[in-house]
Amino acid sequence: MFSYYLELALRSLKRSPGLTALMVLAIGFGVAASMTSWSVFRAVSGDPIPWKSSKLFVPQIDAWGPSGRSDKDDGEPSDAMNYTDATTLMREHRAKLQSALYQIAPSVVPAQAGRHPMNVSGHAVYGEFFPMVDAPFKYGSGWSANDDAQRAAVAVISAKLNEKLFGDTNSVGKSLNIEGKDYRIVGVLDKWNPQPRYYDVVNSGGFSEGVEDVFVPFQRAIDVGIPNDGNTNCNETPKESGFVGLQHSSCVWIAFMAELDDSSAVSTYRDYLTAYARDQQKAGRFGWAPNIRLRDVPAFLEHEHVVPSDTKVSLLVAVGLLLVCLVNTIGLLLAKFLRRSGEIGVRRALGAPRNAIYAQFLTEAGVVGLAGGVLGLLLTGAGVASVGFVLPKSISDLARLDVSLLVITLLVAVVATMLAGLYPTFRASRVQPAWQLKSN
Amino acid sequence: MSMHIQPILAALRRHKAGTVLIALQIALTLAIVCNAMFIIQQRLAHLSEPTGVDEANLLVIPNQWAGHMSPEQADAQVRTDLVALRQLPSVSDASPSDAYPLSGGGWDNFIMRKPEQLTPTTDASIYLGDEHMLDTLGVKLIAGRNFNAAEVVYMAPRQVVIPSVVIVTKALADHLYPDGSALGKPIYAMSTTPTVIVGIVERLQRQGVSQWNKAYAYESLLWPARQDATGVYYIVHAKPGQLADAMREVPRALYAQNRLRIIDPDDGGSYVQIRKRIYDSDRGMAILLAIISAVLLAITAAGIVGLTSFWVGQRRKQIGVRRALGATRGDILSYFLTENLLIGIGGVAVGVVLAIAINLWMVTQFEMARLSLIYVGIGVIALLALGQGAVLAPAIRASKVSPVEATRSV
Repeated sequence: MFSYYLELALRSLKRSPGLTALMVLAIGFGVAASMTSWSVFRAVSGDPIPWKSSKLFVPQIDAWGPSGRSDKDDGEPSDAMNYTDATTLMREHRAKLQSALYQIAPSVVPAQAGRHPMNVSGHAVYGEFFPMVDAPFKYGSGWSANDDAQRAAVAVISAKLNEKLFGDTNSVGKSLNIEGKDYRIVGVLDKWNPQPRYYDVVNSGGFSEGVEDVFVPFQRAIDVGIPNDGNTNCNETPKESGFVGLQHSSCVWIAFMAELDDSSAVSTYRDYLTAYARDQQKAGRFGWAPNIRLRDVPAFLEHEHVVPSDTKVSLLVAVGLLLVCLVNTIGLLLAKFLRRSGEIGVRRALGAPRNAIYAQFLTEAGVVGLAGGVLGLLLTGAGVASVGFVLPKSISDLARLDVSLLVITLLVAVVATMLAGLYPTFRASRVQPAWQLKSN
Repeated sequence: MSMHIQPILAALRRHKAGTVLIALQIALTLAIVCNAMFIIQQRLAHLSEPTGVDEANLLVIPNQWAGHMSPEQADAQVRTDLVALRQLPSVSDASPSDAYPLSGGGWDNFIMRKPEQLTPTTDASIYLGDEHMLDTLGVKLIAGRNFNAAEVVYMAPRQVVIPSVVIVTKALADHLYPDGSALGKPIYAMSTTPTVIVGIVERLQRQGVSQWNKAYAYESLLWPARQDATGVYYIVHAKPGQLADAMREVPRALYAQNRLRIIDPDDGGSYVQIRKRIYDSDRGMAILLAIISAVLLAITAAGIVGLTSFWVGQRRKQIGVRRALGATRGDILSYFLTENLLIGIGGVAVGVVLAIAINLWMVTQFEMARLSLIYVGIGVIALLALGQGAVLAPAIRASKVSPVEATRSV
């Protein structure tokens, strides 16, 4: 029966090619616009580390007090830490794994003669950082707690930098000149570029174009004075100058992340932070009651408004476009189906039940949807490929055409068109055979 | 025309579904297009805001030092570099700075009128530069004087020395001293050390133009200072018409001075490049919304053509009867135009409410401005005109139906 309906559908669609083309175009454009926007939205709102994000936490401690904030902060502590608090939290080491980290942009001088020095970006972290974020290694590994304590001149580099400097060979053990000093490479990361860059949202704003090229031990970077390259926010001008002055100030510039594996660990850590802030209050460093936050990665990304509002607005507009396209399709299908009232009357009079009419016309709607979906696929492909022209590169690069997007595009097109066909089909099934036969 | 409305309404009542669908489509299109147009206009206005500097002849070189260099060595190199730059044939002047307008981010401080003030009066973007900075930027001094060479101080990395004098923008001067008496007055930039306003420039955009900066638009100050953190920006003013030459000569001259430096291709450059970078997302959003609006309007128009054509086809017999009874072609034409106008009015009425509702919701969600009613007005007229335009072809076809049709049975 289905093949018969399919034949009927095709014949009917061929009879009014203009109307058919219009419906297919509407569905195609509507679906493509929403799928393209959705692919961007999906990329920026995704969980960067789904298997672990609920165990990774960002502690925030209010080190400025009520007078250090503007009114609209609602008492939120700053989203980064000052040096004193970050290093104390590291020293007291109350989480399973934790790392203070700050963004650096050191220069790297290639060993080969005649090559210009280059700027790389990266982070100064503690050795625990790598197992905490499950960073994949191609060669070697991260460094040990002992390396942290010894302030060892060791470094982990990206596969990309390794390729550039050592031609993709195992460079573990080799030396790398960072800011004029030699570092021993202990690990080369495999392809790893989590987006949003959840471990340092404050400096990346969520998304960064480049890969992180270099990681060095935090205390080592402090010792040799590799300055922070990220944001520095101060509630007052530091009393001393230089990078050392920054470390002694209340300015916030350090990100912090801790791994807490279960709810009891989370509440213990929260209590610890509160107790820490209370101790600081007692010691006279904080002139206010403890004001702390402990958010897991998804909550922190939400709090930092990582998904750009432009992305949300364009998704909404695109969904609006799809909606208009569907309303359009309902109208056109209605016109198309009711024009065939006579034919329906004959079929009904010859014994076709209402269900048969339903099946016939929904098949026709499905065919239109499928054609629209195929067109939509092509347009989505073109759309995803060209989002780079309209969106910032750091975001457009994340949008990808994959099998799931293709399948969903087709599904949305077919299901939406069949839904749009429901009302016209309902009307068609209500055609009174007697009246139709009489009037003709 | 009014005499025709009754029969039209009676006919529409027989096509409730089609009528409602066209009206709904018009309503949704109006709501989306109004808001899209409004956002597009805001973005375009935003990205064409002037910076106040002589953009056509400016070049910004982001210079970072490779390898290790002490702050003193770096400062000495900066001064040598500047001498070399100012001697280039294509360059008219150059100044070191910590940032440049539209660089995206940089140093800004809260500004107070009194040292003991608890809440700051405003916030200003800070530009450092030497006595060549004003001429290099090409900003217009409207009161007071430029810095002199003796006033230029040296700041070590992350050191904050409050220079004794400052040049502010008119926007900042007016914010701090609304009575126009700013010249000669002290201001306090997160410090109890005063810095005295010796000059006022007409306009100088901030480093950032994001939402946060909007409250402080054009509030910037210039301090006579050189600071080299890990690098420095060289602001270079090319001789008129020689920007392309300067863009070639400047990096070559700098590398000739000292090879151990890094000039980041993704920072600075000409103002065409700088503008493109900072307003990238605004321009993209405007293009995206324009495309979607155009597709929306096209689909709505096509939908009206499709459904009206169907109605014309369905009513050929009735049209024939009317023609046979003496209706002119004009009568038939105006029948379909009026019918469409009635549906259109119903649609835009709903659409206006929807457009305002969507905007109000977006105001709460996305820090968006309130929709100006002008856009709603333009949208209403545009959609009604679109409807009339779309219905024209089927209506003309209807008017050509011959009275003979009345006598045919199917």
